[in-house]
Amino acid sequence: MSAEQMNGAEMVIKALGDQGVDVVFGYPGGAVLPIYDALFQQNHLRHILVRHEQGAVHAAEGYARSTGKVGVVLVTSGPGATNAVTGLTDALMDSVPIVCLTGQVPTHLIGNDAFQEADTTGITRPCTKHNYLVKDVNDLARVLHEAFYVARTGRPGPVVVDLPKDVLFAIGNYRPPEQVEQRKSYRPQTEPDPARIAEAADLIMHAKKPLFYGGGGIINSGPRACKLFGELMDMTGFPVTLTLMGLGAFPASDKRYLGLVGMHGTYESNLAMHDCDVMINVGARFDDRVTGRVSAFSPNSKKIHIDIDPSSINKNVRIDIPVIGDTAKVLEALIGALKARRFAPDRPALAKWWKEIEGWRKRDSLHFDQGDTIIKPQYAIERLHALTADRETFITTEVGQHQMWAAQLFKFEKPFHWMTSGGLGTMGYGLPAAIGVQVAHPDALVVDIAGEASILMNIQEMSTACQYRLPVKIFIVNNQYMGMVRQWQELLHGARYSESYTASLPDFVKLAEAFGAHGLRCTKPSDVDDTIREMIAIPGPVIVDVAVDQAENCFPMIPSGAAHNEMILGPADKRSSGPVSEEGMVLV
Amino acid sequence: MSDIERHAIAVLVDNEPGVLARVIGLFAGRGYNIESLTVAEVDRANNLSRINVVTSGTPMIIEQIKAQLSRLVPIRVVKDLTQEGACVERELALLKMAGIGEKRIESLRLADIFRARVVDSTIETFVFEVTGSTEKLDAFINLMQPLGLVEVSRTGVVAISRGAANF
Ligand SMILES: Cc1cc2nc3c(=O)[nH]c(=O)nc-3n(C[C@H](O)[C@H](O)[C@H](O)COP(=O)(O)OP(=O)(O)OC[C@H]3O[C@@H](n4cnc5c(N)ncnc54)[C@H](O)[C@@H]3O)c2cc1C
Ligand SMILES: Cc1ncc(C[n+]2csc(CCOP(=O)(O)OP(=O)(O)O)c2C)c(N)n1
Ligand SMILES: [Mg+2]
Repeated sequence: MSAEQMNGAEMVIKALGDQGVDVVFGYPGGAVLPIYDALFQQNHLRHILVRHEQGAVHAAEGYARSTGKVGVVLVTSGPGATNAVTGLTDALMDSVPIVCLTGQVPTHLIGNDAFQEADTTGITRPCTKHNYLVKDVNDLARVLHEAFYVARTGRPGPVVVDLPKDVLFAIGNYRPPEQVEQRKSYRPQTEPDPARIAEAADLIMHAKKPLFYGGGGIINSGPRACKLFGELMDMTGFPVTLTLMGLGAFPASDKRYLGLVGMHGTYESNLAMHDCDVMINVGARFDDRVTGRVSAFSPNSKKIHIDIDPSSINKNVRIDIPVIGDTAKVLEALIGALKARRFAPDRPALAKWWKEIEGWRKRDSLHFDQGDTIIKPQYAIERLHALTADRETFITTEVGQHQMWAAQLFKFEKPFHWMTSGGLGTMGYGLPAAIGVQVAHPDALVVDIAGEASILMNIQEMSTACQYRLPVKIFIVNNQYMGMVRQWQELLHGARYSESYTASLPDFVKLAEAFGAHGLRCTKPSDVDDTIREMIAIPGPVIVDVAVDQAENCFPMIPSGAAHNEMILGPADKRSSGPVSEEGMVLV
Repeated sequence: MSDIERHAIAVLVDNEPGVLARVIGLFAGRGYNIESLTVAEVDRANNLSRINVVTSGTPMIIEQIKAQLSRLVPIRVVKDLTQEGACVERELALLKMAGIGEKRIESLRLADIFRARVVDSTIETFVFEVTGSTEKLDAFINLMQPLGLVEVSRTGVVAISRGAANF
């Protein structure tokens, strides 16, 4: 056998090596046994055995988002592949680069309803950026390299490669990445059109009430984009607001940062969004969680939209100046164009705008009152931030109120330290994602800010954390309710709390111990700090059960179908008792 | 809504398994209209197929459809033939007619006006082949309805730009 000849399974291992992959998250089964056999016989590629395939994809997402690399998943055919579907959809919605290898029945049995056969390419077509079924071992290397290329370039996303078992056994020729010719069809545009840059610069030159609206597309682009984003702020002195996916792209402690925007964003962010005259969207996608009622969204602004995906432009909101390209390249060109124009902000106008914003900021819309009996969920998160600020800390979350409070109150100074399920809102994301982050950053502190309902959705991954001694900390903000559901029921359904009480909860301390981890419980405000310190000091995985106020709601809130200037600031706010519009009721 | 436009869009794709499913799945999944869709290989050497799709929507939706199509990995070019000016649109239909006597004579007389050809014939039935715009085919089929039309098969629209412009 010549050097390039090998079987399909060995080719998979070789291709992953050539793509710089050092870890795979997976779960074995009949159809992928040849790959597991090849894995067994090598030692450069690490395999993390999860306890559910959904967990494998979320772990790969956490790994990818905290490193900027492609996350890799390996699962078997049929149920292995279908279990991965939620994770793939999550990665698609949040633009996370994933390559997911799925086993498949041998080619001659495809279509026969063979044991553990599922139409994986059919099922995953709408939830991947692209997918492949490899029928010939001589296509395998090319497809694998192309899969990595597609996953990480342009708007990143998940790619599935379906591998029939006979192809894994067949002998064929391996080709390294540099010998794979690029396909003619897939050519993402990364360089911006200079004419658009000029138009954008001209508009920025004359802005009187400008606002930067930054999103996940800054993070996706990488550290350089984040740095250039900061430079642009230094140059202009304009205010910045960030989406849930953009948190960390600009330091939260900076005076120019107005906080989260959108449904649970700050008063100052949303009113600035509503009142600005020039909006510069950098890598955000005008999600409905951000725009509220589109017809009332920022009615008087001219809008610049920087995005690598042309389909993001004019999808929800009419754009005046679209700039298609990679954030880093666009920002570099934009900074150049502003310098060439000897940009100087309209200082009097800007000062007036800032004065208005400072007025809104004074409302202190994230304010809460911590008494001395019941722990407020916000307090628990605020203390978690305060006591971890001095070290390298990564935060993942589950989905619900706790997620929103984390987004509001945990102050991210750096990008790539915040992983949350934004687009799909997948309960059960946080623990496996934390595992993926911890694998990539073994010495860092990784905390999953969780709800007691969400954590049960992938709690089996505690076993993974314990097996690999991954010291993830699960910080459960336990309100005994699906709090976010309860909040909507209170607001929209006459406080009829249908099925949103999480009864029969496990004893989380004992649960932790059953897995071989540590469990801590905290019920008094005065114990919060000590509990967090203890959690950090324990070298292994920990579950912390923090009993918080069951009735607390997450404010501010823009009710569905409302405009930014119709936001509810808190329980005392008059509007909170007002009915939501009929159109608003049907919105999610 | 009043600002609904009809557009003929030509899509050049790498001819690989699943590509048609991707296009159709995109339209179904995102709730876009398909009035007609045809596909065939057009360049064997370069492994290219052409999909012609006729769709309708507001200008914003049409723009989305094109952007979403362009995002699919195997798609090479998306061309909005309607937007780019005049284009030729043609469809082919086969009509099976049954009957004898007056109706048969009348249908053959009308067929002449529409330049429809008889491509199969028995004592009691025959098959017309007719090409033209969708409107012309609709008109012809309507006329044939009372004259013994029993079955219709249509290709859907194929379109190409006029003049020198090409892909
Ligand atoms: C319970 C709940 C409540 C929520 N409430 C809020 C809220 O109040 N506020 C909020 O903001 N979100 C909220 N979200 C999240 C929301 O659903 C969206 O996920 C989020 O707003 C999208 O963020 P984004 O616009 O930054 O886009 P992302 O989903 O991060 O998309 C990134 C965009 O950047 C583009 N892009 C990618 N790579 C590049 C590149 N290299 N160069 C240029 N462009 C690139 C992409 O094409 C895309 O358009 C909530 C989610 C949940 C589950
Ligand atoms: C898989 C999944 N199922 C259902 C939902 C709908 N949902 C959103 S938040 C939520 C409640 C979450 O409760 P918990 O984890 O306790 O968080 P809390 O809101 O109480 O902080 C539910 C059921 C979801 N987002 N994901
Ligand atoms: Mg809860």
